[in-house]
Amino acid sequence: MPAESLRFDAVTKAYGETRAVDGVDLSIAAGSFVALVGASGSGKSTLLKTINRLIEPTAGRVLLDGQDVAAGPAPALRRRIGYVFQSIGLFPHMTVAENIGIGPRIAGARPADVARLLDLVALSQAVAARMPDALSGGQRQRVAIARALAPGAKLLLLDEAFGALDPVTRDALGTEIRALHDQLGLTTILVTHDMAEALLLADRVLVMQAGRIVADATPADLLGGGGGAAAQALVAVPRQQAERLRAITA
Amino acid sequence: MTAFLDTLGRVPPLLAQHVLLSAAALLLGILISLPLAIVAARRPRAGSVILGFASLVQTVPSLALLALFYPLLLWLSALVGGGIPALGFLPSLIALTLYALLPIIRNGVAGLTGIDPAVRQAAQAVGMTPAQMLRLVEAPLVAPVLIAGIRTAAVWTIGAATLSTTVGQPSLGDMIFAGLQTQNWALVLAGCVAAAGLALAADALIGLVERGIARRRRPLWIGACAALVAGLLLATAPLWHRAGGDRVVTIGAKNFSEQYILARLIGDRLTRAGYTVRYRDGLGSAVIYGALGGGDVDVYVDYAGTLWTGPMRRTDVPDPKAMVAEIGRWAQATSGVRLIGPLGFENAYAFAMRGDDARRRGIGSLSDLAAAAPGLTLGSDLEFLERPEWAAVRKAYPLRFKAMTPYAPTFMYRALASGEADVISAFSSDGRIAADRLTVLADPRHAIPSYDALLLVAPGRAKDARFAAALAPLVGRIPVSAMREANYQVDRDTGKRTPEQAAGWLATRLGL
Repeated sequence: MPAESLRFDAVTKAYGETRAVDGVDLSIAAGSFVALVGASGSGKSTLLKTINRLIEPTAGRVLLDGQDVAAGPAPALRRRIGYVFQSIGLFPHMTVAENIGIGPRIAGARPADVARLLDLVALSQAVAARMPDALSGGQRQRVAIARALAPGAKLLLLDEAFGALDPVTRDALGTEIRALHDQLGLTTILVTHDMAEALLLADRVLVMQAGRIVADATPADLLGGGGGAAAQALVAVPRQQAERLRAITA
Repeated sequence: MTAFLDTLGRVPPLLAQHVLLSAAALLLGILISLPLAIVAARRPRAGSVILGFASLVQTVPSLALLALFYPLLLWLSALVGGGIPALGFLPSLIALTLYALLPIIRNGVAGLTGIDPAVRQAAQAVGMTPAQMLRLVEAPLVAPVLIAGIRTAAVWTIGAATLSTTVGQPSLGDMIFAGLQTQNWALVLAGCVAAAGLALAADALIGLVERGIARRRRPLWIGACAALVAGLLLATAPLWHRAGGDRVVTIGAKNFSEQYILARLIGDRLTRAGYTVRYRDGLGSAVIYGALGGGDVDVYVDYAGTLWTGPMRRTDVPDPKAMVAEIGRWAQATSGVRLIGPLGFENAYAFAMRGDDARRRGIGSLSDLAAAAPGLTLGSDLEFLERPEWAAVRKAYPLRFKAMTPYAPTFMYRALASGEADVISAFSSDGRIAADRLTVLADPRHAIPSYDALLLVAPGRAKDARFAAALAPLVGRIPVSAMREANYQVDRDTGKRTPEQAAGWLATRLGL
């Protein structure tokens, strides 16, 4: 299965008077690693969830490989898309192996190769029989990634997936996800409020503000001063932190 | 102690009925509660209506809830042209089922709304359909909480099932009510111990199921479920083999000693005639005649005035002979019930006072009482103040008491003796009238009708010649003196006899 391409056509999501997503038009090429950056409430998570229909847009449509995602039943769509989010949501009454295998199981497909998936997310085989409450936060998020990839998904949606982790784990997991992306040939969309994370991992960075995409640039462009004022305000934060760190050692 | 052990022999058949009723109500309650809990958890507005209704049911005292279904089912039965039993198993089942709803729904809703939203979102995101989410995620996560609710419901149901006795469904309550009435404490104790033991056993076993599921220990909860089913089968075993359908007769009795004694007297004769006898004790006056008409009871003794003012709604007071004849015609014509005949004694409502008190106040009749009533307290039995006889008496004599308190009959006599009541609505065949030296007040205006004891037979037995032949010798045979003495043997405080023993004594005394 090739990595999937995505297109948003005037996608709008309104809650009463408020427009969380306001007429977004956007194309994402198959195989790209795109970061969606913005402050809380900028609409980035809402936009992401219109892809797997956890949120149905008020207007507009989302096309996955040219097909409207609203065309078929939502469960069938979601089984093709990996979704990992900040609060993880492992099933507390299932073992790690059962959690990982749930996608193929509900789809009636061949059972998941749990051992290979554990290897993929750098977990030891010993955790397969454990219950989720016996794992650390980083291990749980790894299981969630394995669960998302188990049905053979080629599109991976990461919704603040590393937000609740400690900085060391977060950095390591980010690097591993990028490696997995390259190794499996995925299309990955990472929603984050951390510009540094976006710059380090993504090929393309989108900045959202008040429901609109206000910047669309490569990390190199952004670091070179491109992308506009809103993007530069976000880039300024890690840059200034780096400079202050350098000043301490100088 | 031996008395207690003897009474334990009565437990198995009643326990079987009790278990059957409780289990059926609990299962039905679960079946109704589960979808309601799901709807309530998904739609908060519907949820508040559902939980509000279940809570409302819970605020109705269980005794009243059971009683409520008698008129309701009668009405419903009349609406569809008959065929719905208003007594016995059905009203008990409905009331207990309603009673079981609240804890199951409430725990189900608490369990469902308590599931981590992240878990729900993950279930959606991996592509579960709503049905898969319910089966694979919600059900296993809710199960321990839900089963805790079922456990509570089971204990409540088993406890409340003792009250089904009052609507004619046999249960362990039969022993408690009969024992309370005749002050046979061994019987009360045996009934209570059996009911409590049953509740504790159900609680412990369902507790094991709950623990097994919460800790994901499959052998534990499957074993506990198996033990529950085995217990259910074992306890209801006495119901499996029914001795020859047509030969089983049910003898009804209201809730006082005379009725228990007469039921046993009738039962002994029928047993000797080759019938298998069951007793339904403790039925209310309002329901027992209906039970006879519907065939739930085959035979019982009622009183002329009770039928006259109750189901017949008559307010005139004719000569006793004419009254009995009219009742016989009416019963035959309206429900096919056959009047075998009067037993020979009368058990009328009679206003009674302490003898010395009546003399001192110079009260000998209801007319005298009317003048003194504002300074006196009336103690009545539980139903008298609602009965038409009381309305008739008040119309004939302007009685206004300082206070009026209903008691269970036994406690009514105690209240009179201790001075808590000055006048009571006694019964003329009660042995305690003579024993306590009470004065029975005359009724010069004939406000109270005659209360000849009448032997009545269900429509289905009306043509059973052997049945009629077994009962015929009782007609006109029992003088009030003999009945009073038999009643007193059961009602007195010392040297009490059981209704069975008193019935045996009465049979010998009458030469039967």
